[in-house]
Amino acid sequence: MSAPALAVSRRAFLQSSLTASGGLLLTPMFAPAALAQDAAAPPNPLGINLRIEPDNRVIIGSPSPEIGQGVKTSVPMIIAEELDADWSQVTVEQLPLGIDFSGAAPRWMYGPQGAGGSTSIPDAWAELRQIGAQARSLMRRAAAARWGIAPDAVATRDGQALHPDGRRLAYGELAAEAAALALPPDPVPLKPRSEYRVIGRPRRVVDAGDIVTGRARYGIDVQEPGACTAVMARCPYFDGDIASYDDTAARAVPGVRAVVVVPGPKPGEPLTANLATGIAVVADDTWSALKGREALKVEWTRGPWAAESSAALDAQCAELLSRTGQVVHDAGDFAAAREAAARVVSARYRVPFVSHAPLEPENCFVHVMADRARVIGPLQQPAGAQRVVHLVTGIPRPAISVEMTRSGGGFGRKLTNDFVAEAALISKATGLPIKLQWTRADDLQHDFYRPFGHHELVAALDAAGSVTGWTHRLASASKYYRRANVKPEDLWGPELYPDDFPARLVPHYRLEWHAVTSGIPRGSWRAPAHTANAFVVQSFLDEVALATGRDPLALRLAMLGDDREFDYAQHGGPKFHTGRLRAVLERVASAIGWGRKLPRGRGIGLAAHFTFGGYAAHAIEVEVSPRGELAFRRVVCAIDCGQPVNPLGIEAQMQGGTIDGLSTALNLEITIQDGRVRESNFDGYPLATMAQMPRDVEVIIVDSAEAPSGCGEMGIPTAAPALMNAIHAACGVRIRNLPVRDQLRAALVRAT
Amino acid sequence: MVIRFTVNGVEREFAGDGEMPLLWYLRDHARLTGTKYGCGAGLCGACTVLVDGEARRSCVLPVSALAGSAVRTIEGLGASGLHAVQRAWIEEDVAQCGYCQAGQIMAATALLERRPDPSPEDVDAITNYCRCGTYARIRKAIARAAREMKK
Repeated sequence: MSAPALAVSRRAFLQSSLTASGGLLLTPMFAPAALAQDAAAPPNPLGINLRIEPDNRVIIGSPSPEIGQGVKTSVPMIIAEELDADWSQVTVEQLPLGIDFSGAAPRWMYGPQGAGGSTSIPDAWAELRQIGAQARSLMRRAAAARWGIAPDAVATRDGQALHPDGRRLAYGELAAEAAALALPPDPVPLKPRSEYRVIGRPRRVVDAGDIVTGRARYGIDVQEPGACTAVMARCPYFDGDIASYDDTAARAVPGVRAVVVVPGPKPGEPLTANLATGIAVVADDTWSALKGREALKVEWTRGPWAAESSAALDAQCAELLSRTGQVVHDAGDFAAAREAAARVVSARYRVPFVSHAPLEPENCFVHVMADRARVIGPLQQPAGAQRVVHLVTGIPRPAISVEMTRSGGGFGRKLTNDFVAEAALISKATGLPIKLQWTRADDLQHDFYRPFGHHELVAALDAAGSVTGWTHRLASASKYYRRANVKPEDLWGPELYPDDFPARLVPHYRLEWHAVTSGIPRGSWRAPAHTANAFVVQSFLDEVALATGRDPLALRLAMLGDDREFDYAQHGGPKFHTGRLRAVLERVASAIGWGRKLPRGRGIGLAAHFTFGGYAAHAIEVEVSPRGELAFRRVVCAIDCGQPVNPLGIEAQMQGGTIDGLSTALNLEITIQDGRVRESNFDGYPLATMAQMPRDVEVIIVDSAEAPSGCGEMGIPTAAPALMNAIHAACGVRIRNLPVRDQLRAALVRAT
Repeated sequence: MVIRFTVNGVEREFAGDGEMPLLWYLRDHARLTGTKYGCGAGLCGACTVLVDGEARRSCVLPVSALAGSAVRTIEGLGASGLHAVQRAWIEEDVAQCGYCQAGQIMAATALLERRPDPSPEDVDAITNYCRCGTYARIRKAIARAAREMKK
């Protein structure tokens, strides 16, 4: 992620005031410019963190974009808890991007506003509880003044202040008086966990009513007055260009208003502004724009990667792994351990490129005016959207407003604001307010794909079967390949996390990386490198166990050893607890009945992994028929994400992560031929349907008092290896090359 | 040529390009944006609506094929309060991003109208994608709606 370094003001970052209707309003210290311009206007519901109205409604602003991770429900729960609000009286409003540029350095007005890396909850935990707590302190003081008692004597519960004698005052009745009080100068104490009444209790998605009636507003639903719809034809070849084009027929399509060239990044420029050179057709409605695009005649140049293909990349990896690569981590002496080993086990795995494929294809409304611009869209990184619009228009960032709609999925795709840049370029070129709409083919062919790679794992074992040495050798196409500020020797950083299991648990531990040369754009795909590395490490553990006749669970527990805490320097740190990983593994193993005798054709697989501060494990039981047909019998997962904030939301994320992991491992791959992506719709990129997926995914949530981590990414990494281990247990076929597709059938039919 | 049909009980006339898929008519012309675009090829089901009671993928259904038809969208499902399927979706907390759910609800409604007591295999016949992976809760919501609708 490349979010600007923005600081949150930690002291006195709130101001209180009276709303037009006589309520209490807690706003960040830096009022948005739009509010300051017209003080007489009623308070804009956006730009406010917390409002308590005389009718007892509590309106909480949600800073992070909602992309399906449930943060619009869970983050306000944290504020409501400290406020002692009645959750049934809470409504939640999405905040726009809030960055204050008036000081020496830009500041987040409402706290960080991105959806990535499972950070919203941990950030909110650190920053936003104080907002609720300060509002509660105002309520107590207002009630104390009314009753003539000490504030400390006033208790609060469910949106009411309570007098020791039993009298009660609803927050709404106190709101106006509270607004006249000064905020506490210092942070106020937060609640002990034993008093939680909102946090830790299941709460349904706050927008559910709007979603089931079709009223919820996504980017695609933005209908601004005068806006035209734009659709683009983009060069399908990586770094290719326009050779020639003829737009006569396109312009003749009824409803088409304009055809404009949208230049791609210049050679050598980072792919941060926009992705590919293209031609935009601007029309009165979507259908006219699509027909106009179909009528365009374009010849593309093939660019410098015309020889690239999936087969050529596989050959490149095999060649790279035949040599020694860049040693990026080297603890102990692996060579000596290998020399001394009683047994060496090794295996190679392949992880394909995959696409994010959010169900809502990329789209954005942008209106570039003379001295300002408006952006409304489904964004994961709204600050980045503001920055790219600034880059391509020159309009200063404070004059660019950014609103986030709900997003029909993100999975990391909408962290990159290429589609925002395109809409801005088209609006600038035409002078029109533009809603840019991508099609599914645009989405699958112009993504920032999860990096592909070949992995070789080597384990050295002593005579007792203990793992003494471990090497993970990876040839991959780094997602940092076009970051101007990343040196070649640092490209491995997002591909291998040196502190991941089994670092420090094996005395001789070595990581080696090879850079694959490729022109396909790469980026962050939900739980980035964890999806690749947990697949290979957790699959390989089973291979090591079985090669030495050990029980796969026993081997994992032996390697984790006693409960210890290690430093973890990558995202999700600063600490990794072996005992918390062991606990989730034991929970799923026990739930699924690990070790019980199974009929022929059935098998159970396990996997456990630490992802971005959360500990997750899967246990999967499958049945594989003699003809290679796979059926799920039971899927159990466990998560320890610290203090559970919304158990219903955590369960949803784990279920969804599991399905994402299984669907991707079973069927999904982006392939390359002639320097372009071959897949262009869901026929070639078939997400799993309900019939192909387990009928239920059981979720065990570990109760914990630790500070919460996020949970949007923890459900994926262990799903695929648990499945592959289960498949092997069921039928003896080891899948090392993803996706599975028809490999089971091929292997079993061949064997008979 | 003018094409006449109804959307959620309201008479509609369309004199434009008859090739226009119903999806874009609904979204851009009727301004009913609850029906979503996902693939444009009838593969993902995000655009599912009811046409004369049957679940259809509106992204591949040209308006010219609709003469005399009755179209029902998510906006018309619970015109007089929430439909049992919508209530079940809320109760089971199905939605994550929510983008596919209008299509899922329409597909489930069509299924329940045909089979009031659907088996898990009947539910398997719904091939709408949920990219967030809410399938387990969709199953629970369909079962809940079936119980409600029998009352």
